[in-house]
Parts: sequence; structure tokens; C-alpha cells
Amino acid sequence: MAAKSDHIVAEIAARILGDLADPQTVNRARDDRWRENLWQAFTDAGLPLAWVPEKLGGSDATLADGFAILGLAGRFALAVPLAETMGAGWLLARAGLSAPSGPMTIAPARPHDRVELSQDGTLSGTVFAVPFAENSQHIAVLVEGNKGTAIALVKTSSCQLSKGCNLAGDAANGVTFGRVKPLLMAPAPAGFDRSSLMLMGATIRSVQSAGALETLLSLSIAYANERVAFERPIAKFQAVQQNLAKLAGEVAAALAAAGSAADAIAQAGAFDDAVMLEAASAKIRCAEAAAEGSAIAHQVFGAIGFTKEHVLHRFTLRALSWRDEFGNESYWAAELGKQIAGRGADEFWRLVASR
Amino acid sequence: MTANLRFEPIRLPPGCETLRAQVRAFLAEEIAAGTFDPHRPGYGDSQNRAFSQRIGAKGWIGMTWPKKYGGHERSFLERYVVTEEFRVANAPVRSHFVADRQSGPILLKYAPEHVKMDILPRICRGELCFVIGMSEAGSGSDLFAAKAKAKKVAGGWRLTGSKLWTSNAHIADYMLGLFRTSPPSKENRRHGLTQFLVDMKATGITVSPVIQMTGQHDFNEVVFDDAFVPDDYVMGEIDGAWKQAISELAYERSGPERFLETFYVLLELIRALGPEPDTRSAEGLGRLVAQLHTLRRMSVSVAGMLQAGHEPVVEASIVKDLGTIWEQKLPHRVRELAAFLAPDATNRTSLEEQLAFAITVAPKLTIQGGTTEILRGIIARGLGLR
Repeated sequence: MAAKSDHIVAEIAARILGDLADPQTVNRARDDRWRENLWQAFTDAGLPLAWVPEKLGGSDATLADGFAILGLAGRFALAVPLAETMGAGWLLARAGLSAPSGPMTIAPARPHDRVELSQDGTLSGTVFAVPFAENSQHIAVLVEGNKGTAIALVKTSSCQLSKGCNLAGDAANGVTFGRVKPLLMAPAPAGFDRSSLMLMGATIRSVQSAGALETLLSLSIAYANERVAFERPIAKFQAVQQNLAKLAGEVAAALAAAGSAADAIAQAGAFDDAVMLEAASAKIRCAEAAAEGSAIAHQVFGAIGFTKEHVLHRFTLRALSWRDEFGNESYWAAELGKQIAGRGADEFWRLVASR
Repeated sequence: MTANLRFEPIRLPPGCETLRAQVRAFLAEEIAAGTFDPHRPGYGDSQNRAFSQRIGAKGWIGMTWPKKYGGHERSFLERYVVTEEFRVANAPVRSHFVADRQSGPILLKYAPEHVKMDILPRICRGELCFVIGMSEAGSGSDLFAAKAKAKKVAGGWRLTGSKLWTSNAHIADYMLGLFRTSPPSKENRRHGLTQFLVDMKATGITVSPVIQMTGQHDFNEVVFDDAFVPDDYVMGEIDGAWKQAISELAYERSGPERFLETFYVLLELIRALGPEPDTRSAEGLGRLVAQLHTLRRMSVSVAGMLQAGHEPVVEASIVKDLGTIWEQKLPHRVRELAAFLAPDATNRTSLEEQLAFAITVAPKLTIQGGTTEILRGIIARGLGLR
């Protein structure tokens, strides 16, 4: 099922999303059948394991293709663990581990959470807010022990999960590893650590957020042109135009920052200072855009946009939730600030201009 | 259901890094020779024609123009590298920058061949300074309210009226100005303006200074009293200047000069914080770095679109809107982050001096070259809202 060339993968993803993940239809759905149909279509097209090499059971798409899929997923405010499964497959592949079929997720998903590897080869620790953990069959885990960092595959059913969800109602569970024996485990490659995983996770979330913000803008423009108040479309009021122009600016910044970070990771051999600048900046800027952009979009829609029945919340609440996973903007800003200060003023412009 | 904003992750091609190294070496020599002080923006002359001529000799003015006019047929991305390095160094480029950025490209598009051959090579050599003559006392953002007139006479036109806020008019050799050649029509209030090339040495032109609140002399009032302009100095269509305006905006609005104007305060803050800032300072710094990096990646992306022959008017307006607001807020944010610096921080005096200058300059950044409000109007139009 491998789909390899640039446009084809994105086109396939766009078609499946258009057919089976229409936000309006999903928002009205009374049961979870749409999830099953959608996941089956994704699986048939090889998308969940897009970032896994063929020899490890995946469809071997490029990083760039994968990010294109995630941008589209963001535009649909996709509420199934496609990004998580893709990221988990990618993480397993770092250590040469094959990926199983079925939905997966990644742990840890917060920068200060740790899973410990004991001498006897079992995993211990509690990590918070793991996205879609309760909807996953397996978890790809970054583990830390005396001998360094390793990557493990764990059955979700062998862990204890606590209830929880993000702002948009997607599952986000606490996961406790109580001396869990992994199905597979291998050392992480040299230089790959928790920070590398967080940078990748941050970029995945940034790309999704930028996609969601693109849709927020389109929806807001369409509504402003159609909604009449004081006998004319509200798009004709300068105050509304100024707000929408600001929204466009935020969307543009998110797209540029996320696109640049995704490109940086796709081109880079390692998670170095340059990738740190790109990925941290994207997470920070996309989070700022999510806050500012959601507020403007809701302002444009007024009361109808504040209802369950309207699709707007699917985009605003996910964009706001994604700020918190794989390091929020304050975390990354402090990390980036420390890095820049540590390198010193004379190196600052050199780093910025090198991108 | 997608908006059509595009910001591809354009990377500067490898050749640009060689060029960047050359520009940095040149700037280091000029700084060593005392031409300017990169740490003291706002002091000394912001224009220096001898310096501009040395830049011209390096081939860094008119970089993208055809060789037959003295240009160098290099890419927009190469020009981008030169522009940002000069800006970050606070180098005094005022003497040639307007000509390089916007006047030259207008001449290339609309001037008769012999005028191009006469003027463009001199711009490329750094010998000429240009001034933009658009605003008037009663016509700022509303460009099409311009009243200064051009009256047809034998062999040319006679100019009367005045232009205001004309930066560099007191040192300029030529103006590209908008003058009314017909009244606006009923159907189109933008009709009736024509763009002229004006020799500032012509008789009947008086330039008087308008001093800015920073104490600097940049603005002027230029009064035209029957000044003569020959026919071949008409740029483009008579009465139709409005058609020419829009496509030029992308060049003017998205460059690195639209977010790096107060960059020096950020650099000075990094110096002041030292290698191990506390969490508050680190977070504040990190956010500013992320915003700056994003703006630069957007701006490079627009340069890439220009290189590819597109006219990204909306994207360029977005870059200027976000960029000028950012560079305007930057000194205020830096001031807050510097509030708890140790009293003996080594560069404290220098930081405070730079902050004072940047905070005083800041209000103009969202006004010059298209106000925030006008930019957002252009963006709104591009989004299909008007």
C-alpha cells in the first residue's frame, strides 16, 4: 500500500478526509461508526505508518509527505489518533523497531515526564495527558535508565490509565507503568533523547495547529460575507475587516513557522541548535496564533459559534489544546531563551540568518 | 475550504552564504575604519554617500537589475541577504536605499530607454539619492486626494503645489512624485494622477526641513513653483498612476527592513542578560526570538515568491503589518525584561541609550510606507471581504 511521491500521499489523505471526516458530519454523528470507517480507510492507504520504513512494516513516506498529511488533518480538526500513530511509528523506527498495526500513541507527551527503565528490563513511572491513550492498542515509549535512553513498544492494556480528555474532548490519559514488560525495546540512537522527541512532537502539533487555523480563517471569512447585520454583510464593517486581517496575519505566521520547522526536521540529520530554533519557534508562535486566532474567530461568529451544534469549536478547542502537548509555549520560550543566552549575543544573528 | 495564504519554507541558496561572508567582511572593515558605529543607532549620519559608493563598487546596489543598466542580474534572495546584513549592522544606507528598493524598479518598468541608461547606472554606483513624493498636507494614506498639479506645456510639464513628509528630499537628486494631471472622474476617484521623475536641481523647487520628534532631520516640505519636467520624465500612463501602484507594494513592504528597525535593542538585551538568565528573562527572550525567526521566515518566503515571478501583495502586506507592529513593541518588551537587571550589568548604559532612541522612533514604524490600517484594508480586500 505504499504511497510515496509528494502529491499522491497528500491527495489520498485529502480525499479520505473529505469523504469520511467532514467536520459537519462528524459533529452531528451520534455514534463512533465514522471513526471505524475512517481508520479503516487510513489503514488501507498506509497512512498511520507513513513514517515507518517498509522493512519495519510501514509505507515509507518522506517526513515532508507525512507533515503534509498532518497539515490536512489539522484543517479537518481530525479527532482520531493519526498524528499520534504516525509519531509513534517514527519513534519506534529510530531504534529499528517494527510497528504493529492499529492505533498507537506516544509517551511521554510532556517535557518533564519520565518513564524509568529498571535493571530487570521493566518500565516504571507515571506520565500525564497522553493523547488518545485509551483509544490506542500500543504505546511507543521513550525510556530512560542507567545505561541511557531506549525506545520501547508497550501494550496499552498492560498499563493503568486514568480518565481524562483535552479541551476538545479528545482522550488524554494519565498512564502509569507499573513494572511493565515491553513487547520490544532497543537503545535510542546516539544523541536522541527526550528533548528530541519533544521537538518532533512540538512540530507535529504546530503543523496540525496551523492547519486548524487555516480552516478557522476560511470559515470566518465565509461567515462574515454571509451574515447580515445593520442591513449589510458584517464583512463590510471596517472593524470586522481589521479583525479578520489580524486573524489572517496570525494564520500566516503559524503556517510559516510550522512549515519551516517541518522542513527543518525533514532536512536535518540531527536535533541540533538550528532544529531547536525552528521547532521551538513554531510551537511558541503557533500557540500564540491559536489564542489570538480563536478569540477573533469566535468574535466573528458571535453566539452561533459558541454552540455545540456549530463546527467552530472543533477547530478552536483543538488548536488551543495542542498548545499544551509536547511542551507549551512558555516551556519552549524558556528553553529557547536559555539556549540563545548561552550562545551569546555575537552568535545570535548568525543562528537566525542561517535558517 | 482553505484560505489561499502561502508561505513556502524557502531556504536561501548555498551561494548566498558566500555573499553573506563577503558583506560581513566589508562591514567589519568599514566599522574598523570608523565609518559608523553598529552599537549606536541614531547617532552620526544615517546617510553617507561615499559609503554608498563603496557599496555600489561591491555590486550591492541594483543587484537584481539588468547588466546593461549597471545592475548585476542576481536574485532577490541574494539582495535579501545584503539588505538584512546592512540593516542588522545599523549601516548608514539612507543615501541609496530608496533608489535601490523602489525608485530603480519603477524606472526600469516605465522610463524611456535613454533615461534608464542615464540614471540607473548612477544609482548602481551609489551616486544618486531618491526621494518619494507622494504625501501632502491633505493627502497621506488617502493618496488619491493629492492636489499638487502638473500642467502640460510645450515639451513637458510645469509642477505647482507641495509635498510633505518627504524623507531625504534635502539630500536627494531625484524625486519620483505623484502629481495631478486631471480631476478625478465620477466613476473612479483614483483617476487623474501621474507619476513623474523630477530633477531636484530644477529651478522652482524649494526644500525646507521638518524636524522629527527624535530631533533628527529626515522629513521635509518640498514646494514646487512652476518647476519644469520634460516629457520623457513621465513614468507610465498619464492619469493612470493608480494602476501602477499595487504591484510595486510587494517589493516595498516585505523586506527585512520591515521588522529589523529596532533589532539592536534585542541584541543589547542578550548581552545584558548574560549566559544564564533567570526563567522570566529566558522566557521573555525566547518568545521574542520565536517571533523574530517567524517574521524572517515569512519575509524570506515572500522574497522567494518575488524571485519566482509572483506578486504576493497580500502576503507582503501581512509581513509588513506583523513586522512593523513587532519592531514597534520590541523596545517596550525589552524594557520590561531589563527591569530587574543587576545595577552593575556591564552594558546597562548602552542598553538604556538604545532603548531611549528605539522607543522614540517606534511610533513612526507603523505609519511609514503604508499604515497598519491601510495594510489591513489591503489584506481584507485580498481575503475577499470588500
